Amino acid sequence: MECVETKPYGLLRQLFFALVVRPFTLVALGLNVRGSERLPFRGPAIIVANHNSHLDTLALMTLFPLSVLRIVRPVAAADYFLKNKYVAWLALRLIGIIPIARAEIGHKHDPLEPCYRALERGEILIVFPEGSRGEPERLGKFKTGVAHLAEKFAHAPVIPVFMHGMGKALPRGEAIFVPFFCDICVGEPFTWPGDRKAFMDHMEETMKDLAGQLQPPEWE
Amino acid sequence: MFEHIPIQIRWAIGAIFAILAVATAIVLFVDRKRERADGPSELSLRVRTWWIMVIVFSLALVVNRAVSIVFFAFLSFLALKEYLSLIPTRRADRRVLFWAYLAIPIQYFWVYDEWYGLFIIFIPVYVFLFLPMRMVLIGETRDFLRAIGTIFWGLMMMVFSISHMAYLLVLPTRIPTPGGGAGLVLYLVFLTEFNDCAQYVWGKSLGRSKVLPTVSPKKTYAGWIGGILTTTVLAVMIAPYLTPMCAGEHPWRDPLLAGLIIAMAGFIGDVTISALKRDLGVKDSGTLLPGHGGILDRIDSLTYTAPLFFHFIRYLYGMR
Repeated sequence: MECVETKPYGLLRQLFFALVVRPFTLVALGLNVRGSERLPFRGPAIIVANHNSHLDTLALMTLFPLSVLRIVRPVAAADYFLKNKYVAWLALRLIGIIPIARAEIGHKHDPLEPCYRALERGEILIVFPEGSRGEPERLGKFKTGVAHLAEKFAHAPVIPVFMHGMGKALPRGEAIFVPFFCDICVGEPFTWPGDRKAFMDHMEETMKDLAGQLQPPEWE
Repeated sequence: MFEHIPIQIRWAIGAIFAILAVATAIVLFVDRKRERADGPSELSLRVRTWWIMVIVFSLALVVNRAVSIVFFAFLSFLALKEYLSLIPTRRADRRVLFWAYLAIPIQYFWVYDEWYGLFIIFIPVYVFLFLPMRMVLIGETRDFLRAIGTIFWGLMMMVFSISHMAYLLVLPTRIPTPGGGAGLVLYLVFLTEFNDCAQYVWGKSLGRSKVLPTVSPKKTYAGWIGGILTTTVLAVMIAPYLTPMCAGEHPWRDPLLAGLIIAMAGFIGDVTISALKRDLGVKDSGTLLPGHGGILDRIDSLTYTAPLFFHFIRYLYGMR
């Protein structure tokens, strides 16, 4: 699949977040945020978060002031978000995703190429290392793609974020939204520790720590 | 702009703002002596949030009846959402929870429509029968009783009980209420919240033996009795301005009883939510109201005072 880079709208995107996404996440959802002061205001930076729902991306993006939002770009799967032209328009233009081709991993050219260019431009990437939303409210195995990014941009801070509740409100494969208060826990930023294993271990450990701080109620 | 607001309501809201101003001055004075190192104190944060709550509540009450009812519906929504986010729920029950939320607009529509018959049975009868049915159709039987019990208790507390406040707005009384339904709401809400503060202040300043040590270790007998006395005196004092009670056959007995009901029921509501939080192992129910905690921490007493005060007024002063 050809991934042409599409520039998101500027003002319209800000309006969309200010008038639609923000009221929705604040009223229908409701967020308890801890450590929001640790979020970066300047790029390049990489935010790594757990992934349970489409709402994750939206909620996380509302934590940024509108002026910073311009440079915040979630990394998302091209095969999912670009298969329908209306969804593609929403994802590329309004949400401002950077589409990457999941299916092409292992091919000649690097699927993370668009991410490198974004970080070079000084943007803030949101990456979900679990790869997909998976089982709601269960932490899946982290994929190593994000380590490539962090290695290549060793000076860029990596900010771990743990989120809970979005998978209850709108899990994968469900069309009905049910309101729940959600928690977002921003962890201590870190930079490339020198090798890939140390990076993955640190990321997984921080994520488990953040999850432990929240102690969410049972959901079985 | 506010010509349509009865004079009693204007005075009552003015008085609440005056009390808040005095409280703010006291807190500022106390805080001046504190070390400023660790930001605003819990108490000043609490007062700041009181200002926001009082302003929002006053606006919701004075614009018009529809706005007031929507405000109470929204309050129920926030409370139910907070409750359902705190308690353990089952994945299988997402659609049951969806229906539980849907009960809110329907319940408040009966209020808007002034349809007392449905207002009073909709949740205790129809929702009560419908939710377990929906749950059974999903087919998950493990923890069925716990799931339906917790969801329905939440609906009764956060939606059914709280909606009684809204029904006070439209309740027809055989003796006209000075200030109309909004006067009764102000009377109930002001006395309930005042009682919370009075019990807190009295309990802090005197008394040792605890009323309910396993539930709420800070509540003392002296605080409890002090709170009841202050609230009841205040209830008698402001009754002529906001309620029909002083124009009735028992101008002393009824306000006295109303004060006692609000003070005692407020205490029970408070400790009931305390028991819930203790069971779940949380200190506050949320973070929505800085200095107070969550919505449940603020409306806990109202879940008991609203229905009891409502039925007291309706029984003695309602249109027959």
